[in-house]
Amino acid sequence: MPERVLGPRAYLNALTGILWREGLRFLKQRSRLIAALVRPTIWLLVFAVGFRGMLEVARVPPYDVQVGYETYVIPGLLGMIQLFNGMQSSLSLVVDRELGSMRMLLAAPLPPGYLLFCKLLAGVAVSAIQIVLFVLVAEATVVDLPLLGLLRALPVLLLTGVMLGAIGLLLSATVRELENFAGVMNFVIFPLFFLSSALYPLVQMRASSELLYWISLFNPFTHAVEAIRFALYGELAGQALLVVAGCTVAGFALALRGYRARTEGAQLTGRPPVLPRTTRGS
Amino acid sequence: MREQPKAPALQVDGLTFARPTGFALADVSFRTRAGRVTVLLGPNGAGKTTLVQCLCGLLRPHAGSVRVLDHDLARARAAALGRMGLVLQEPSLDLDLSVQQNLIYFAALHGHGPATAKRRGGQLLAQFGLSDLARRTVRSLSGGQRRRVELVRALLNDPPFLLLDEPTVGLDIPSRKALVAEVHRLAAEQGTSVLWTTHLIDEVWPDDDLVVLAGGRIAAAGTMAEVLDASGAAEIAAAFDRLTAETPPQTAGGAVA
Repeated sequence: MPERVLGPRAYLNALTGILWREGLRFLKQRSRLIAALVRPTIWLLVFAVGFRGMLEVARVPPYDVQVGYETYVIPGLLGMIQLFNGMQSSLSLVVDRELGSMRMLLAAPLPPGYLLFCKLLAGVAVSAIQIVLFVLVAEATVVDLPLLGLLRALPVLLLTGVMLGAIGLLLSATVRELENFAGVMNFVIFPLFFLSSALYPLVQMRASSELLYWISLFNPFTHAVEAIRFALYGELAGQALLVVAGCTVAGFALALRGYRARTEGAQLTGRPPVLPRTTRGS
Repeated sequence: MREQPKAPALQVDGLTFARPTGFALADVSFRTRAGRVTVLLGPNGAGKTTLVQCLCGLLRPHAGSVRVLDHDLARARAAALGRMGLVLQEPSLDLDLSVQQNLIYFAALHGHGPATAKRRGGQLLAQFGLSDLARRTVRSLSGGQRRRVELVRALLNDPPFLLLDEPTVGLDIPSRKALVAEVHRLAAEQGTSVLWTTHLIDEVWPDDDLVVLAGGRIAAAGTMAEVLDASGAAEIAAAFDRLTAETPPQTAGGAVA
């Protein structure tokens, strides 16, 4: 391979190569593929259908009419797929780091920040496959989904996927050892998911607990779910999209800072000792 | 045989890196000649891996500079790393992918497409007698085969400079000897410049240049004759013992926080 300047083609090759590798790994890990499909499907077919008769969802925008609970939770379950995938990608980054392949990525001539962003996009692409499979299952079983709305929601799903991927990337930069990761995931996934509008409208949550309402309002996952929910019905949730975009930028910037910090040594407060040399240079 | 540049293959000046426990590298300076195998010798804990990580951009030194074939790593990272082939101490192949898939992925990280990766990878696998392994998953390969695949991967970019951090770790004696011989053949036949880190004296060939690292500093550097002369020993094992015994690992006291 001749030496050359790294132009746009090199950047494109890196992106497609990373996407291809993540896709290949996803397809090879059948248990991950099955788990990704089973998790939201159980929530839909067991939890949502089971509670349909017991839970009454208030008429909240963007719904014009009162909708069934199984319809209400769909955006939250799409968000859930992206949330779990973001955390799975994060775990994959920690494993890559422990196995050494992350070092090969960070020692490549292309900017590390760009390559990490490609990894993030690859995670979003994998979650898109999971979303398509889940939508097919949901459509075939209990929910009549607005398929046109789903197409219109794709850009929003891309943005929310990148935000959750950026949060995962940030986690991977801060977790030092693989053993600690399961605990961290529990402290991230569960609060993000349950303290959001994924399962209940915030207005109903407020009626039960003012504190939980405010916590949920500051949860970025709430805004991701609301952005998806409105997009499915052809509406733009401006505030939610702004929050999601802001969290994406902040999460990715902090993640890059975290990865950069890992390359730094201790803070110097003095000069190294001057030591004699026997011979110098070869 | 590639044309040799006038500049050193690697030029390290005043490299200093501190960890919370002390200085891992203290004012490290040396040069390696283009087209030669230079062995970086040092006992465990001498700072070899820290030095390698500074040389390939994985760690940012507190002070000092690294130039790869006259390209400053801090200022021209892409040019410096684009001319470097790298094998790290820890195996870093994706175990679930095939050999060829690993090569395609790595080539992509360097900005090359799959067609180029397959062509160049195929040539290198044939050159190393590994063509039969191309479609096998890395998990199914022996330790020696994996290391040779990593060497192939490092050569995928046709780098004029190879940086190898203890590449024989975990290999049996015949595999070690074979890998050492393959790297020397690359230097002799293709003019590839090599920096090979190890703590094993028997991996040093008589014509190799040497850099001896101990306690995070350079204890000696030069040709075999120069290093022997500097140590006052008659052979390399004794020289290594003398040079490294005099420089216990540094604790920098209050110099780092």
